Amino acid sequence: MYRYIIKRLLLVIPTLLGAAALVFLLMRLIPGDICVVRLGSGGGTFDERAVQACHAQLGLNHPIFLQFVDFVWGFFRGDFGISMWSGKPVLTEIAARFPVSLEIAIMAVVVANVIAIPLGTISALKQNSPIDFVIRVISIAGLATPSFWLGILFILAILDISQAAFGAPWMPPIDYVPIWQDPLRNLSMVIFPALTVGYRTSAVTMRMTRSAMLEVLREDYIRTARAKGLVEHIIINRHALKNALLPVVTLIGIEAAFLIGGLVVTEQVFNLNGIGRLFVQSVQNQDYTMTQALVMLVVAAFVLTNTVVDLLYAWLDPRIRYG
Amino acid sequence: MHAGARLLVVGLVAVSAAAAPALTQETPKQGGMFTYMIPADAPPSLDGHRETTYATVHTAAPFYSTLIRINPENPSSTTDFVCDLCTTMPQPSDDGKTYTFRIRNHVKFHDGSPLTAADVAASWNAIIHPPETTTSARESYYIMVDKVEAPDQSTVVFHLKFPTGAFLPALADPYAWIYKREILDKDPRWYEKNVMGSGPFKFAGYEIGQSIKGVRNPDYYHQGLPRLDGFTGIYADKQAVRVEAIRADRAAMEFRGLPPSARDQLVNELGDKLAVQESDWNCGNLVTPNHKKKPFDDVRVRRALLLAVDQWHGAPALAKIANVHTVGGIVFPGSPLAATKEELQQIAGFWPDIEKSRAEAKRLLKEAGVEGLSFELLNRNVDQPYKYVGTWLVDEWSKIGLHATQRVVPTGPWFEAMRSGNFDVVLEANCEGVVNPLMDTQKYLPRSVYTENYGMYDDQPEIDLYQRMLHEPDPAKQRALMREFEKRVVDSEAHEFPMLWWYRIIPYRSYVKGWKISPSHYLNQDLATVWLDK
Repeated sequence: MYRYIIKRLLLVIPTLLGAAALVFLLMRLIPGDICVVRLGSGGGTFDERAVQACHAQLGLNHPIFLQFVDFVWGFFRGDFGISMWSGKPVLTEIAARFPVSLEIAIMAVVVANVIAIPLGTISALKQNSPIDFVIRVISIAGLATPSFWLGILFILAILDISQAAFGAPWMPPIDYVPIWQDPLRNLSMVIFPALTVGYRTSAVTMRMTRSAMLEVLREDYIRTARAKGLVEHIIINRHALKNALLPVVTLIGIEAAFLIGGLVVTEQVFNLNGIGRLFVQSVQNQDYTMTQALVMLVVAAFVLTNTVVDLLYAWLDPRIRYG
Repeated sequence: MHAGARLLVVGLVAVSAAAAPALTQETPKQGGMFTYMIPADAPPSLDGHRETTYATVHTAAPFYSTLIRINPENPSSTTDFVCDLCTTMPQPSDDGKTYTFRIRNHVKFHDGSPLTAADVAASWNAIIHPPETTTSARESYYIMVDKVEAPDQSTVVFHLKFPTGAFLPALADPYAWIYKREILDKDPRWYEKNVMGSGPFKFAGYEIGQSIKGVRNPDYYHQGLPRLDGFTGIYADKQAVRVEAIRADRAAMEFRGLPPSARDQLVNELGDKLAVQESDWNCGNLVTPNHKKKPFDDVRVRRALLLAVDQWHGAPALAKIANVHTVGGIVFPGSPLAATKEELQQIAGFWPDIEKSRAEAKRLLKEAGVEGLSFELLNRNVDQPYKYVGTWLVDEWSKIGLHATQRVVPTGPWFEAMRSGNFDVVLEANCEGVVNPLMDTQKYLPRSVYTENYGMYDDQPEIDLYQRMLHEPDPAKQRALMREFEKRVVDSEAHEFPMLWWYRIIPYRSYVKGWKISPSHYLNQDLATVWLDK
């Protein structure tokens, strides 16, 4: 088991290096120059001297290979450098945004699973019944509805309903307050994005839970359990659901990792100052150091969740052993 | 009249009526926290000398003083400049080449230290002659300045190389914040990440990409100001968020400008709880053909592009959906140096008879042998108003048989394509702060003079004409030279052509008083005169 974990963790190194090389090269293939964007996008004037000075300041005048070595060396030392756009340390900028994204991601995963696993299970147990049809419609609607669009509808609905009910429109706060400072204000801000993202995620998980349950319910050991007179809820919860959760857990892991940096539009719709929004800004501004660090963060999140998911397999299915 | 339109008219009349007394008669109230939206993710830095984006001004202007400024009580004027840190607007001496400013006594920085003429001179020297380790975004505005001195604690003297009417408007630049000399001497880049000024508000907090906060400066030198206890500026890049925030009163306003549809929506939803101020905007699109690319090296083809476009009929139609409004030449329409409608109609592209204009365009294309020409219009991936104007242009050009396709790219690649000359025709913009036609029209000078000109042409007679205009002290002669310059750039050489001036629409909660719109989103942003009627 421990050997397996160490092997998995060692495999992270080439994965991160590959990702680092890829993002480093891709960023430099995008036409444009952060110095020109920064000096000129507001309508100011600048000459070549200013652009050269800016390149020198940001280290962009060094050979590409040297820049790459600097980046990788910094990464392994935990130093992601300075944001080329804001001049602030990359880690400071990420640290300011990470709690928002993490909170939404955790809440969305909770919302998704609270909805998906019971409904997916019921849907499988009541296959082809009216309940099954309703649940399938809910899940397909979730798959077909982009979460940002749902977010916009949410906000408009809140505004209209509050106006009709209280005479004045209300919307969630737009400036983030950490949960430990003002829990109520924090929750009123994050609950709606968590619901919109959670619903979308739940749709995928619901479909997966249903199909996995249908498969497991037809297994011999379930028939055997019923034949020996085991109570139905024990069959479902202990024998069927636990085994059916294997692919579901994989999916939840992938979705959770995605949610850390993938809530780009949802964060904009709800004005959340999270990692997704920072991602878009840094790509738009051609902030190489920030984009590289964010990609590495997302890659690390994926690798970590995949490893955790792999380890969960052994707990969920006693037949799985890591040698 | 359509019911929605009628409601809009009623709403606008109501808000205008409600707003008018607020600006002229009501007694200002002290106190309150003002929340506004900043339509950006975050400024790259907090240093006004270095940055060009409005995000920096909307973030940090309330913390700083300037030497002179556009009159906050009359910001729509293009010529009304008043003192901020100086005591009286000076008359120039030495044949218009020396301006001596007396600096107010007892002005304090927010750290309690006194602000003197030495700080003013040091700040201006950093703007005009930046040290090698920094950049100054508006250095080119001050080509007429020889040196800035502080002979004593309360006097600042600007020595010019030549007298010019461009100097005072340039001096009223809203980014020209006065920094503390001691800090600048120690670290010229300190102000990129820190705030320390002498303005109406003291810095109270900054969360990257989230918000900026200020509190009242009790030592502010303008009597009775500021009126607010403090402010919070919240960053929101998405327009929908900003509109919803105003609707739900999470924020009272934003200062850049919303499109007509957002204004109409808010007017419909909020009625008399909303006020609206509108103004022509000192920003305009311009079409630039690449003179290095065939067939745009041929003036006949460039003129045909210009002659095909019906700005007079296009403007009112586009104004319903986009932030554009006024047809104008190369000078901001409200300026004394701007062309009148009659003067404008003498220039190609502005002829009143569009059929005649398009017939001439077709003739020129035929003569040049490029009938039915296909080309690419490079455009910036910004909705308002770039994409609207670009789409309209493609349609206008199709009316003389041209086949233009739009290549819409993000800001970085857009700049890259322009700088490298990788385009046929580009839709760009010229966006300025204080209306200063002599400086604003630098944009039309060849790249050998003005680095941000992307037409890839050279034109020595044009440069000579500009220099004569810049040095001309007589306003009437200067105006005549401006007409000559405009005619050459737009008509006879068709180097570049202005394509509708933008329109600034500011809908805001009607309890916000004391703020007046100006022709630029960079101006009048220190919030000192703002007060809340609630």
